[in-house]
Amino acid sequence: MTASPISSKQVAAPAIVVNQASASATATADSSAVELTQVCTGSEILWETLIREGVSVMFGYPGGAIMPAYDALPKFPQLHHVLVRHEQGAAHAAEGYSRASGKVGVAVATSGPGATNLTTGIANAMLDSIPIVCITGQVASPLLGSDAFQEVDITGVTLPITKHNFLVTRPEDIMQAVREAFYIAMSGRPGPVVVDITKDALQKSANFKWDDTPVRLPGYRPEHKPLPTDLQRAVEMIHSAKKPIIFAGHGVVRAGATGLLLELVRKTDIPVAATLLGLTGFPASNPRALGMMGMHGEAWVNKAIQESDLIVALGMRFDDRVTGNLKTYAPKAKKIHVELDPAEVNKLVHVDLPLIGDVREILQMLLPFVEYRDRTDWLTHIDTLRGKSAVIDIKHMPDNGKLFAAHVIHDLWRLTEGKAIVVTDVGQHQMWEAQYYRHDFPNKLITSGGLGTMGFALPAALGARFACPDEEIWVIAGDGGFQMTQAELQTLVQEGLKVNIAIINNGYLGMVRQWQQFFYGGRYVATPMSSPDYVKLADAHGLVGLRVTKRSEVDAAVRRARELPGTVIIDFRVEQLDSVYPMVPAGADLDAMIRRPEPVVEEAEHNPIYETGKDD
Amino acid sequence: MTTLRTLVAYVEDKPGVLNRVASLFRRRGYNIASLNVGRTHDSGVSRMTIVVEGDAGVAQLMEANLYKLVNVLSVQDITDCPAVVRDMALIKIEVPAERRAEALQLVEVFHARVVDISPGTLIAEITGSPDKIEAFVEVLKPYGISEMVQTGRIAMTRGVEGEASRISHGQNSETVVTAA
Repeated sequence: MTASPISSKQVAAPAIVVNQASASATATADSSAVELTQVCTGSEILWETLIREGVSVMFGYPGGAIMPAYDALPKFPQLHHVLVRHEQGAAHAAEGYSRASGKVGVAVATSGPGATNLTTGIANAMLDSIPIVCITGQVASPLLGSDAFQEVDITGVTLPITKHNFLVTRPEDIMQAVREAFYIAMSGRPGPVVVDITKDALQKSANFKWDDTPVRLPGYRPEHKPLPTDLQRAVEMIHSAKKPIIFAGHGVVRAGATGLLLELVRKTDIPVAATLLGLTGFPASNPRALGMMGMHGEAWVNKAIQESDLIVALGMRFDDRVTGNLKTYAPKAKKIHVELDPAEVNKLVHVDLPLIGDVREILQMLLPFVEYRDRTDWLTHIDTLRGKSAVIDIKHMPDNGKLFAAHVIHDLWRLTEGKAIVVTDVGQHQMWEAQYYRHDFPNKLITSGGLGTMGFALPAALGARFACPDEEIWVIAGDGGFQMTQAELQTLVQEGLKVNIAIINNGYLGMVRQWQQFFYGGRYVATPMSSPDYVKLADAHGLVGLRVTKRSEVDAAVRRARELPGTVIIDFRVEQLDSVYPMVPAGADLDAMIRRPEPVVEEAEHNPIYETGKDD
Repeated sequence: MTTLRTLVAYVEDKPGVLNRVASLFRRRGYNIASLNVGRTHDSGVSRMTIVVEGDAGVAQLMEANLYKLVNVLSVQDITDCPAVVRDMALIKIEVPAERRAEALQLVEVFHARVVDISPGTLIAEITGSPDKIEAFVEVLKPYGISEMVQTGRIAMTRGVEGEASRISHGQNSETVVTAA
C-alpha cells in the first residue's frame, strides 16, 4: 500500500501555546490552577478545540462563509484536511471514518449549498446512529434572516436529522458549542451534530481558555440502566423458553459486545439472527449463527422467527425491513428488548420486557445468571428448515461462462479470507454482500442501513481509509450508486490512497428493476442505465481499471487489485436480470417470501444459482 | 376513541426550543391539541403544557422522545394525576344596551368577569376547565360572538407531587431508570 494517511493514532498536540498568567489573587493556597488564556480568533478557537477533542483528520470543502476558518488552518498542521469533491462526500467520509475508528468523524462545509449538500450524509448518520460533527459556515450574524447570499437556515433544515445542533454567533461561544457537540454526538445513542458558525464569529477574537471539565448538560441523560428485577425476569424468560432466538443488531457492534454475545450463546445454546447492520456482531461461521433476517434474510431465519417463543433483541429497532407485516410478526414470541434508546421501546413492536441500557453492560449483568437448557429439538427443527430452504451453494455451481454477482462476492470473501473492511453502497449488491460475504470479524462491514443512501460507499471508504491505514478495504458498489459519487475517485488520487473498488455492473438500477419485475408488471421504467467505460475512467484518474466478464477471470482480477499499490477499479459485468432471493415483499408477512425459482434442468443455465440444500 | 394526554415539560428558555418540541410532534405524526409555554420562577427555565391526542402508550413514547431533546429538562405525563387544569378565554360579544344586564348575569353565573364594555360589545374573561369554557361559549353564542381567543391548557398536579417529579426528573416508567 502506498498510501500513508495521517495515522489516527497520532496524538495531536495543542497548537496554541497558552500564556500562563499568574494565578488569580482569589485562588486558594492549595489551588495550582492558573488562568490559561490567549486572545484568538473564532477560527483559531474552532481548530484548537477540534484538536483538543482528538481530531486529526476532517473532510470538507471551502466557501465564502467558512473562509476565515480555512485561512487559519495552516497554523494547525496537526489537522489534516481532505478536500472532497462534493460536500455529501465529506459527510459520508466523516461517517466512514467514524464507523471504522470508533471516534467522532468531522465534516466541514460552507453556508448555503455547502451545508445543504451535507444533509444526505447527516441523515444517513442519524438513521444509523453514527457520531459525526459537521461544522458549517454561516453568513455574518447581522445578515441572519435576510436571505443573504448563500444563507440557509441549516439548523432549521437539519433539526429532524440531527441529534442536536447549534447556531453560534460569538467567538466566545465556539469552544463550548464544539465541546458539547462532540459529547452529544458520541454519548448514549450516537448521532450527528451540526455546529453552524457565523462568519463574524470566526473573524472576531475572544479569550480562549480551554475547559476540560466534563461537559454537563442539565437536560441530557444519555445513560440508562435496567432495574435488577427486570434482569431477573429476563433470566427467567430465557430459561423457560423452548424456542428462543437472539437478534444481533447494530448495538452489538457499536458496543463491542461480540465476545459477550458469544459467551451468552455458548452458555444458552440459543441461535442468533442478525440485522444488516448487526451482521458483523456475531461470527457467521459460528454454528449458532443463522444469518440475516428480514426482507432479504434467509428463509429459515424468518421462519424460525415466526415460530419462536422468545426473541431476545439486542441493540436493534425492529425496522420495517426486518419485521415485514407487524400484525403477523413473530406472533408466538415474547420479546425482550435490550436497547439504549427508551424511545425505541414499544415504537413498532410490543415488547414484553424492555431492558434499557448499553448492550454490553446488560449482557455483563445477565451472563452470570443464565444457565444452559437443552434446546436440541428447536435447533434440530431450525436445521430442518435450513435444509429445506437453504439458498445456495454457489461453490458447487458449474461454471457456465456467466458471471453472477454472487460469484464475485463469494470469491472476494474467499480471496480476502473474510478479513477486508467491506464498504457497500445500496441496492442488490448490498444484499448479495450481506448474503455471500461471510463476516467473522466485528465491524468489518460499513454500509448504509437505515437511510439506504446510494453513493455512500466510495466516500465512506475514503473516510475508513484514514481510520484504518493498514487494512484492506473493498468498496462494493452498483453501477448506479457508484456514478452518484464517483467524483470522489479524484479525492483518493489527490490523497494518494488505495482502496479496491468492485463495481457490480448489471446495467440497471438493479433493486428497482427487481421490484418492477416482481410488483410492477415487468415494466422497466427509468432503470436501464448506461455506464462510462470504467477502465477508461480509471485511466483518466491515473488509476488502474480492470474488466471482468467471466467467472474464470474474477480470481486473477481480485489478486491483481490486491497487489497493485494504488486504487483499482474492477468493472464486473454481471448478469443483468438477476434478482436478490429470497424476498419478503414490503409489508408482507415475514414468512411469505418470494423464493428463488426452482431450477429447471433443461434451463439450468438460466437460473443464477441452484438450490442445493447445502449451505457450505 | 381518541383520548387526550397532558404532558408537562420543563425546558431550557433558549431560542428555538419551542420549534424543536413542535417539530418533534409533527415529525412523529402526533397531533397537538394544545401547547402552552411560559416562563417559570426559575430564570432560564420555561414550562410547557402539551396536550396530545393518543393513549398512554403514545404519551410514553412522546415522553421518551422529548427526553431525547437536549434542551428538555424533565417531562411528566400528568393525565392520571390529580391536577388543576385551566384554560383562559377572552370572548367579545355583541350586546345592545338593553340586553347588557342579562349578559352580565350570565357572566356572573359562570364566575367569569367582564373586562371591557363598549356601547355595542363587551369582553368577558373566563378561566376554568375546558368543559366550563365550552359551556360558557355555548350560552354566549346567541348574542353573537365577534371575537374569541383562548390560551392553551395549563396544568399543575395537586399537592407536592408535581414539584417532586420536577426534581427527580422521573421518567414515568418502571422499566426505565436514569443512571445517576
